[in-house]
Amino acid sequence: MPEQMRDIKRRIRSIKNTEQITKAMEMVAAARLRRAQSKVESARPYAEEIRKMAGRIAASLEDVSHPLLVEREVRNTGFVIFTSDRGLCGAFNARVIRFAQDVLRERDARSIVAVGRKGRDFFRRRGYDLLAEFIGIGDEPGVDVAREVVRHILKLYESGALDEINLVYTEFVSTSRQRPVVRRLLPIEIPTGDGNESRRADDYIYEPSPKRVLDIILPRFVEAQVYRAMLEAKVSEHAARMLAMGNATENAGEMINQLTLSFNKARQAAITKELTEIVTGAEALKG
Amino acid sequence: MKSFKLEIVNPERVVVSEEVESVVLPAVDGFLGILRNHVPIFGGLDIGVIRYRKEGKSHTVACNLGVFEMRENTLRVLADTAERGEDIDVLRAQEAKKRAERRLQEKAQDLDYVRAELALKRAIARLKAAAGEGKGR
Repeated sequence: MPEQMRDIKRRIRSIKNTEQITKAMEMVAAARLRRAQSKVESARPYAEEIRKMAGRIAASLEDVSHPLLVEREVRNTGFVIFTSDRGLCGAFNARVIRFAQDVLRERDARSIVAVGRKGRDFFRRRGYDLLAEFIGIGDEPGVDVAREVVRHILKLYESGALDEINLVYTEFVSTSRQRPVVRRLLPIEIPTGDGNESRRADDYIYEPSPKRVLDIILPRFVEAQVYRAMLEAKVSEHAARMLAMGNATENAGEMINQLTLSFNKARQAAITKELTEIVTGAEALKG
Repeated sequence: MKSFKLEIVNPERVVVSEEVESVVLPAVDGFLGILRNHVPIFGGLDIGVIRYRKEGKSHTVACNLGVFEMRENTLRVLADTAERGEDIDVLRAQEAKKRAERRLQEKAQDLDYVRAELALKRAIARLKAAAGEGKGR
């Protein structure tokens, strides 16, 4: 076999291996995407209920005051940024990081809580103030991970290290579309007046007191938001990875087709050359 | 008997969504019984066992801290964790209880007393719920 043909054959084999890997990764990402989506779905009732409850409490109380609701003078704004731990997910991390950078520049802020290795590495390298980091949250994070993050965030907020905290994460729109968003987390803005429900100021009994109930519900409201951001980011990550790996598999397939074509051409050329040689040899003998 | 809607939800999923006749739940300062047409109430939920009656049969749910609200004949309970009694892994709960007790006894230096005590309380609540016990049968 001529040198050229051997080379092509080797390349085909190598690309086939890559194709198998990307294909497998695509399928794994698809499975995780489905699971993560059902998690988002089943987490929705709690998030919605706690939001509505907080709204009804705010509507029923004449004077709602709580440290987590007070708007302080903002000297230091913090951003909790959700990225992935692993790569090979297309522009997923690049997009949310670039978006976060723009927001930070706009708001003149440098304080960051990083959730995910990619974001941590990036912002640490760039010399931002990394107040906390959460690495290795896994592919299907439970609410306990969100709780851990919230515990840290609340500490930063209550100690006065940060006067305002925002979440930056990737929101899942569809399998082929995810967009980075920024949402304020603290101080809490209680949603009032959405729909007729929270308008009705029922006379509630508070057990044991309005203050205690606020003490319980508000941190959980924060927790639900962080958990939601975490899940949205995960769903987006899996979708982005699935797409990236799907494209890689397709490209590998195309390359294999082209190389196979080249291989066949080379083989054909070799055969033709050999035939020509034989025929020429026979002609020469005849002559 | 007249019924009302009971919803028990934790951050990850809906645990109970049923028409029930009565509920007894652990509020932060004592057990609270709720029947149809209870006045609107907001309250803090304690670690413990929620017991409810449905079609005359009694059911249990182990719950962690949270809030509850009764309004327009719907009782919503949002708990940090909630698990139906029949779904509880008794062996694991027993393990957790032993672990918490051991930690409390050892009085380790780095012991977070409050956390260990809460862990013990949770384990006991889960065992009770699994056994179908609880206040207000």
